[in-house]
Order: sequence, then C-alpha cells, then structure tokens
Amino acid sequence: MSGQGESYGQSGREYENSGGGGGSGAVMHYMCGDCAVRVPLEKGAPIRCQKCGARVLYKERTKRMVQFEAR
Amino acid sequence: MPRQPPTKEELEARKIVGINLETITNVHDTNYPGHYPGEDHSWDIEKFKQEFSVEIHKNDPYEASFSLIGLDASIANAFRRIMISDIPTLAIEQVFLNNNTSVIQDEVLCHRLGLIPFTAGKEGLRNFVEWQAKPRETGEPADCRDSDTFQLELKVRCEHNPDAGPHETDPTKLYKHAHVYARDIKFNPVGRQYEWFTGENAIRPVNPDILIAKLRPGQEIDLNMHMHKGVGSDHAKFSPVATATYRILPVIDIVEPILGRDAEKFQKCFPQGVIGLEKVTAEDGKRDSRYLGHEGELKAVVLDAMRDTVSRECLRHDEFKNKVKLGRKRDHFIYGVESTGQLESDDIFLQSVQHLKAKAKTFEKQLVNMVR
Repeated sequence: MSGQGESYGQSGREYENSGGGGGSGAVMHYMCGDCAVRVPLEKGAPIRCQKCGARVLYKERTKRMVQFEAR
Repeated sequence: MPRQPPTKEELEARKIVGINLETITNVHDTNYPGHYPGEDHSWDIEKFKQEFSVEIHKNDPYEASFSLIGLDASIANAFRRIMISDIPTLAIEQVFLNNNTSVIQDEVLCHRLGLIPFTAGKEGLRNFVEWQAKPRETGEPADCRDSDTFQLELKVRCEHNPDAGPHETDPTKLYKHAHVYARDIKFNPVGRQYEWFTGENAIRPVNPDILIAKLRPGQEIDLNMHMHKGVGSDHAKFSPVATATYRILPVIDIVEPILGRDAEKFQKCFPQGVIGLEKVTAEDGKRDSRYLGHEGELKAVVLDAMRDTVSRECLRHDEFKNKVKLGRKRDHFIYGVESTGQLESDDIFLQSVQHLKAKAKTFEKQLVNMVR
C-alpha cells in the first residue's frame, strides 16, 4: 500500500480556502489538537491555539485531489 | 481364453473412488487408451455426447447448483477456474479523493470501495462495455471512453441532527449521515451511457446496505470513482463469483443390513436427510435372506447420498464394520456457483463454457502454426 497513491491529479489544482483567512500567503491554517478549532497562524507567530491555548496544532489535510487505485 | 469385455457393473465400479477409514483407493482415472488390454478407451465425441449429462438442482439468480456427469476432472476444474478468474466484470478501479476526514484511511477506504459489487442492465454489460484501452507507450493512461469508463461519485458530510432528542445516544439519530452506505454512491452517466444505463438499468451497488465508513459531525468524504472492466486473475474484486466450487458425488453402499438401534445410530453418523429409516417388510425377507426374521424392525436406507459430507464418521464404529462402503463417483461433479450479483449464476457458467471453447480454438490455431 505504500507504493501507490500520492500521485496528484494531472493539473495538481490547488483549491482556494473559502472559509476565512484567505488572501495573504503567509497565513496558514491549523487544527487545534485540543478543541479542534481552525487556528490561523502567521509566519513567526507562537504555535498556540488562540481559543484554548493548547500548543499542539495539526496540519490540515491537503486541498488537492489524491488519486488511488482501488486495490 | 479370450478376454471378456467389462460388464456394466465393472465399468461403474471403476468410476468409484474408495473411501476407507484412513486411506482412499482407486484414486486415478483409468479411462484412457492402453490401461486395460483389449479395451478401447480412446476419446470419442459421439461417445462423450451419449454419456454426458447435466442435472440442475437449483437455479436461483445468485446461487446455482448443478451436476455435470461424465466429465474428466481436468475439464471440470477448468470451468471452475475460468468462472473465478477469467469472466470479466465491472468494478471500481480508480478513486479520486477530494476530501476524506473520516477515521478510515484513504488507502483502506479506496480498497473497500473497490470490493463493492455493482450491477447494471444486463444488455449494456454484455453489448456495450468494452475493455479499457492499454496505456500509451509513454506510460500515461489511455483516454477514457464512454464505453470503458463509468463515473461514480460519493459525497457525504456528517452533521448534527437538530431534531434529535436531548438524551439520544444512537449516532444514526444524533447525526445526519453518521453511516455511509453503498447506496450513497451516485452514478454519473455520460455520452452513450444514457442509452444503456438509465432507470432500472443504472449502475448500482448489488447490496445497498454495505457499510463503507462511519462519520462524526464535521467529517466528510468527497470522492469520484472510475469503474473499469477487468478479470479475477488481475484482482479478486473483478471475480463474478463469491464461490465457484465443485465436489464429487458421494456414494454410500450399505452391503450388510443395518437394523434396529444400529440403524438409528447409523443415521446419526450422517448429515440430515442422507440416511432414512424404513420398516423391514416381508418382501425384503423374500428378496434377501439376511432380512428374514427381522420383519417390523427398522433398517437403514440411503435416501440422498448427495447431501453427505463424507465425514467418515460411520467408519469409526465397530458395529458398522464391513457393513458399509463409502466412495465417490469420480466423473460426477456437483457445482455450486454463487454470484456476487453483477451476472447471474447460470450466465457465469455458460460464459465459462464459451470461454474454454475460445481458449481451445486459440490453442488449436497455435498448434497448427507450430507443426506447420
């Protein structure tokens, strides 16, 4: 199973985030490990959830299409 | 002394594989030239036609059982193998995942999707669906055509159900779309697919209640799929049968009468319906002296040897010693064909016959080229 997948779609389109924070490329969104809220983080900002203060943030899933063989 | 041609009993006895407590005898077929001096056992189509017969025991759309009698094991096995690995069906082959935030991993989800059996209008499957074109030399996949690629879509998002009661604990009532089922898969026809696969002929899962994934509020599965035609030798998901098996007809021969309590015990050594109990009549006594003086007692008779599993249990008991002979009729194959739902069981078998014929023709052509 390790060999397949991850071959991105022909064009490798990147979907634009529709919900909040869009615009400047420096802002990235993460998921708070504690309260699951979406946390916008700017470059160099402390890694911390603005809502609950948790220091564990997760990367969001890619917005690109991922192709797999159904095997 | 001139050789006597074999009697009918002798010929029948040659077909029986003997089954003893710990050994089997007469395993090999001797039905070929040169084995018995003075007998001609060369294969002949006319003789085969005379001796061959088919019995159908059950012919449900998705489960068939039938006997082929008078066949060689190699041919019988060829049919079975062809049914499993050479009859083409449609199955999900490519998955394009836009989003999957469920707990089931992408790879596992795609694998599960591939294994879901689909069905569609038989006419379209037979006459319209084509093999997918080979990939180009550059390694790129070939272009998709409406006759070899079928688009499916699965787009589900789980949400809280505002109408759920405050003390509700059942996730299916507490949330909307907590369970993703095969019926949530949508078929998107294009081009000529509208002519073949619309209405009741649409491509759809055979079993709409197959659970694909479980979701919680906020989780989402959004993907597109391509179905292609393939064969079971490539991947088991393309196999049209859940099982295609055969077994050889069991033979139970009660040589010595089994009477009274013994008969009841004998009956319990076999699955239900194999052995019956009958009262010994005066006629039995007249016909066979061994029954004399036992009128009115119960005797064991064979009702339906086909239902036997040949567990050999009866051979373990001393009271049945030398009273019963177990065996199997070597040229009687009882098939069981269970379809996954895309094709009907009888159709699968008929296609396997067609397929073997086509293979034989190809082989003949190559053989002729070889000796030329």
